[in-house]
Amino acid sequence: MTLNGWIQILVFCGIILLIVKPLGGYMTRVFNGERTLLSPVLRPFERGLYRLSGTSEATEQHWTTYAAAMLFFNLAGFILLYALQRLQGGLPFNPTGMAAVPPELAFNTAVSFVTNTNWQNYGGESTMSYLTQMAGLTVQNFLSAATGIAIAIALIRAFSRRSMQTLGNFWVDMTRSIFYILLPACIVLTLVYVFLGVPQTLGPSVVATTLEGAQQTIAVGPVASQLAIKMLGTNGGGFFNANSAHPFENPDAISNFIQMVSIFAVGAALTNVFGRMVGNQKQGWAILAAMGVLFIVGVAVCYWAEASGNPLVQALGLSGGNMEGKEVRFGIATSALFAVITTAASCGAVIAMHDSFTALGGMIPLINMMLGEIIVGGVGAGFYGILLFVVVAIFVAGLMVGRTPEYLGKKIEAKEVKMAMLAVLCLPLAMLGFSAFATVLPSAVASVANAGPHGFAEILYAYTSGAANNGSAFGGLTGNTPWYNVTLGLAMLMGRFLVIIPAMAIAGSLVAKKTVPESAGTFPTHGPLFVGLLVGVILIVGGLTFFPALALGPIVEHLAMVSGQTF
Amino acid sequence: MSPSKRQSMLGASILVPAIGESFRKLDPRSLARNPVMFVVAVVSLLTSVLLLKDAVTGGGNLGFSLQIVLWLWFTVLFANFAEAVAEGRGKAQAESLRRTRTETQAKLLTNGGGNDYKLVPGNSLKVGSVVLVEAGDIIPSDGEVIEGVASVNEAAITGESAPVIRESGGDRSAVTGGTQVLSDWIRVRITAAAGSTFIDKMIALVEGAERQKTPNEIALNILLAGMTLIFVLATISIPSFATYAGGSIPVIVLVALFVTLIPTTIGALLSAIGIAGMDRLVRFNVLAMSGRAVEAAGDVDTLLLDKTGTITLGNRQASEFRAVAGVSDQELADAAQLASLADETPEGRSIVVLAKEKYAIRARDMAGLNASFVPFTAQSRMSGVDIDGSTIRKGAVDAVLKHVEASGSGQGGAESVRQVRAISDEIAKAGGTPLAVAKNGRLLGVIHLKDIVKGGIRDRFAELRRMGIRTVMITGDNPMTAAAIAAEAGVDDFLAQATPENKLTLIREEQGKGKLVAMCGDGTNDAPALAQADVGVAMNTGTVAAREAGNMVDLDSDPTKLIEIVEIGKQLLMTRGALTTFSIANDIAKYFAIIPAMFLAFYPQLSALNVMGLQTPQSAILSAIIFNALIIVALIPLSLRGVKYRAVGAGALLTRNILIYGLGGIIVPFIGIKVIDMAITAIGLA
Repeated sequence: MTLNGWIQILVFCGIILLIVKPLGGYMTRVFNGERTLLSPVLRPFERGLYRLSGTSEATEQHWTTYAAAMLFFNLAGFILLYALQRLQGGLPFNPTGMAAVPPELAFNTAVSFVTNTNWQNYGGESTMSYLTQMAGLTVQNFLSAATGIAIAIALIRAFSRRSMQTLGNFWVDMTRSIFYILLPACIVLTLVYVFLGVPQTLGPSVVATTLEGAQQTIAVGPVASQLAIKMLGTNGGGFFNANSAHPFENPDAISNFIQMVSIFAVGAALTNVFGRMVGNQKQGWAILAAMGVLFIVGVAVCYWAEASGNPLVQALGLSGGNMEGKEVRFGIATSALFAVITTAASCGAVIAMHDSFTALGGMIPLINMMLGEIIVGGVGAGFYGILLFVVVAIFVAGLMVGRTPEYLGKKIEAKEVKMAMLAVLCLPLAMLGFSAFATVLPSAVASVANAGPHGFAEILYAYTSGAANNGSAFGGLTGNTPWYNVTLGLAMLMGRFLVIIPAMAIAGSLVAKKTVPESAGTFPTHGPLFVGLLVGVILIVGGLTFFPALALGPIVEHLAMVSGQTF
Repeated sequence: MSPSKRQSMLGASILVPAIGESFRKLDPRSLARNPVMFVVAVVSLLTSVLLLKDAVTGGGNLGFSLQIVLWLWFTVLFANFAEAVAEGRGKAQAESLRRTRTETQAKLLTNGGGNDYKLVPGNSLKVGSVVLVEAGDIIPSDGEVIEGVASVNEAAITGESAPVIRESGGDRSAVTGGTQVLSDWIRVRITAAAGSTFIDKMIALVEGAERQKTPNEIALNILLAGMTLIFVLATISIPSFATYAGGSIPVIVLVALFVTLIPTTIGALLSAIGIAGMDRLVRFNVLAMSGRAVEAAGDVDTLLLDKTGTITLGNRQASEFRAVAGVSDQELADAAQLASLADETPEGRSIVVLAKEKYAIRARDMAGLNASFVPFTAQSRMSGVDIDGSTIRKGAVDAVLKHVEASGSGQGGAESVRQVRAISDEIAKAGGTPLAVAKNGRLLGVIHLKDIVKGGIRDRFAELRRMGIRTVMITGDNPMTAAAIAAEAGVDDFLAQATPENKLTLIREEQGKGKLVAMCGDGTNDAPALAQADVGVAMNTGTVAAREAGNMVDLDSDPTKLIEIVEIGKQLLMTRGALTTFSIANDIAKYFAIIPAMFLAFYPQLSALNVMGLQTPQSAILSAIIFNALIIVALIPLSLRGVKYRAVGAGALLTRNILIYGLGGIIVPFIGIKVIDMAITAIGLA
């Protein structure tokens, strides 16, 4: 580990902390329907859209209506995206003449982009037409991110309101998060990326003649615009197969830093929105602090493991850390930091091959996703995810102050616990359940590139990434087979909607409750004690579930490496 | 239930029957009530079948499997045992109650007003029947006295042998079936049908027979069931992972891992904690009509406390004589004493005593004075004496002033009226009650009656404040007096000139702010407020209406107990939380014991995780499961006694409990499993 490496990590954390408050304030005003800087420009468009679609801005929805609207909207998005892929051969904006995407792959990809996972069993530049990329994938990048934000806002309102039935209007929340947050930021970011050298064109691939005189086809396309939302919306689906390791998708250190910051920006700011809406910003900071502790520990371990490298390689005379699968442009510290960020949030963009990380270095991204991506997390998804853990933590520990558990004055009762457990349960069900099948199914095992625990980790990583809606791949695994296309698609659906629906049910139950005023007997939820408790519960509940699997994967691989065996 | 009746917590008389009871509770219907233990029982049965199969076919490591199976069953039995011990303590009390419910004969009145009755069995009485109960009779069922006065021995329910008076009308009209009339007679209208009387309810409560799961207990059970399911997933996926790695895991080992991971500790002790909480209340002579009420007690935000009897000693006492100008204090004291000689109220007696102590005026023999006493009435609001042609009156200032004006003698005139008013205001501001004294139409001065705030009550309220509970004093006094006493006692707020209506309004207001309110009361007019309050403690001396409205009954009729009731509620919740945390924290050590042992055959590298240095894979697995079973037994006393509540504020309390039960829960099993491992290795069990 180097000082330079640590400075990069600390500068990153500092910038995020600086962004949280202003962005949180802005987002709060947006979702409260208050006037913002951009209102004069955007308000007419927003109103026009409501008038066009017949949405009544003032009509609020019960949680069931809100959730139904969300499901309906996502189903429509799925069908559209599936159709687009299947029909792309006959549609315009296809200069390279891409053929229709096969059904299983189209299913997998449609689910993947609707659920904000962006798992890619395809190479973008060799499978998708420009139309599919822009009107399908990029659009879903916006919509899936906005869906996550809307759900988080609805859940936040459940805490900030009292004795009410409604949580807001899904259509309005969606529209506002796209119009006021995602679109303006992406326009700026796109221009910045273009300035830094990212291509943005509808022209066909460039054919170049190399020095040796050979012909080389260089893929280009509308990269910058997709890159902007891919990061900001924690989607992660790259335009190119190499994702952000590709020089056109990540030209230099500055673009890399902007990408890292935009992954965390909205998710981190949501904690502040929460604090502001419930009337005490400290509540938001406490949650961000819990995320921060888990994040820093993850970065430290991952960076340490990568910087320490592989003793077997070092024994051969190669000094230094593990550079396998890393871009020389970025190096160890940045690659480790990026890997932790992209898996802490449900982004899944990569600048290095996680498959080539050391066993422990690769375990950190795996753990981040197993915990449900609640360390900042996917936009919205991370926030409602951590609130589910808050419910569990408060329920267990809250009793220890001698009161029935309450969070921000809302009693946590049987219904909330039931729904939180359902949501917490669905992740191991998808991650461990599908992995258990895949590890004994010969056709599934055939997709694995490496032997022993590392091969096991590849399978485990795939389902973990899918169910956590991350989308990053461990590599190594050949995912484009009918089995993986279908099961990974199912894992993504489970990890998305089986969490959202219980979260919305909790919101519906909480919003109707009275708020118990705070007293000296109330468990304080904005101090270090709460932060420590939340971190403990996340690690114990999340960690214990996956310990056996981790022991058989990265842990044993690491121990084997120490004793001189690799896979 | 009196101190002498209390058994030691874990006497042989409870433990021995509990052992038998643990086996009886293996009944699936009884086990099904507890999801975690039901799962353990199911897998125990499953492994027993596998063991039998192995025994027949001669496969597997029989000695090891047998031990695991035995410890699995022990885990279930220990859980049953914990519940049986908790119930056992109540059963002993129920037995003594049941004896009072022996078949009684009732004298059912056959005509409206007359005294003709026929003897019928007590359990044939219907609600609304009127019975006659005479000296020596047992009251056949709960009812309300509609005529007569009698002294009643209520030791059967309160454990207090001193007889109490029960009379028709007023707030002391309720009688309880099973209690005995000692003198006189009463007519009682029956208010409870056979089987649903107060004693029946008590028996059901202390036995835990009708114990319903409380809301928080249900929620906790859901959490535990959820955790169990998570660990089902964690263990059930292991065989395929192991197959992939080229190994296999015996079912018995998987079961051992599963059972040690699921929250068996709290699962086993949960119902014992609930029963023990109710039981602690019973030991305090408080009956909670539902577990929900005990839980609500822990959540109380506002306590409404009656001033009289709770905050102040029941009676006001004379503390000072203040004469108007031109009258000596001596003269005032003399008149006041004369007027109070026949006044049997504690206030009256305190005036006689003060005059004697301060001015050496001896109490005179009333008979020799040729005096006629004028008793206090609600209309005149005065009492006094007519003696040797002079009239002395003492009473409420306004009433006495009116009396002086009416008698028209005008001596002292406007100046003494002004002085009396000034002195009265001063006394009222200081929290006292002024009593004006007049003789022959002339104002003499004012007696200062003082409310005596109970010793130590201020500290008690400070403690409640630290618990986050607001105290509100309820009093019929005027606001000025109330404010002074409130300040002296250190309550947070007060409700002066309280009426049943504004009490109810106050409760509703507090609840509107999301707060939980506790109060106690005894009169029929308290019933609406008792019913509205989240925790309503009815005094046992109170009316039937009050007892029906409240969700707790205090057999000692001591309103200060509200504070203890709140603490017991908090203790119950804390114990649940502490043991849940402990149970979950335990899992870390168990993983480190079992995981390396489990995979050692195909991944020997994992022995690096054997941080406890356990001897062999078998001993490691066995130690974990033995620890898991024994910890249940070890924690039975804690679950019955409860985690101690300290009024130190939520943050400090949580820190302390997290350190003990969270951090302790992580560390203890590491030590425990290691010790068990050394022990079983030494004696050659594994």
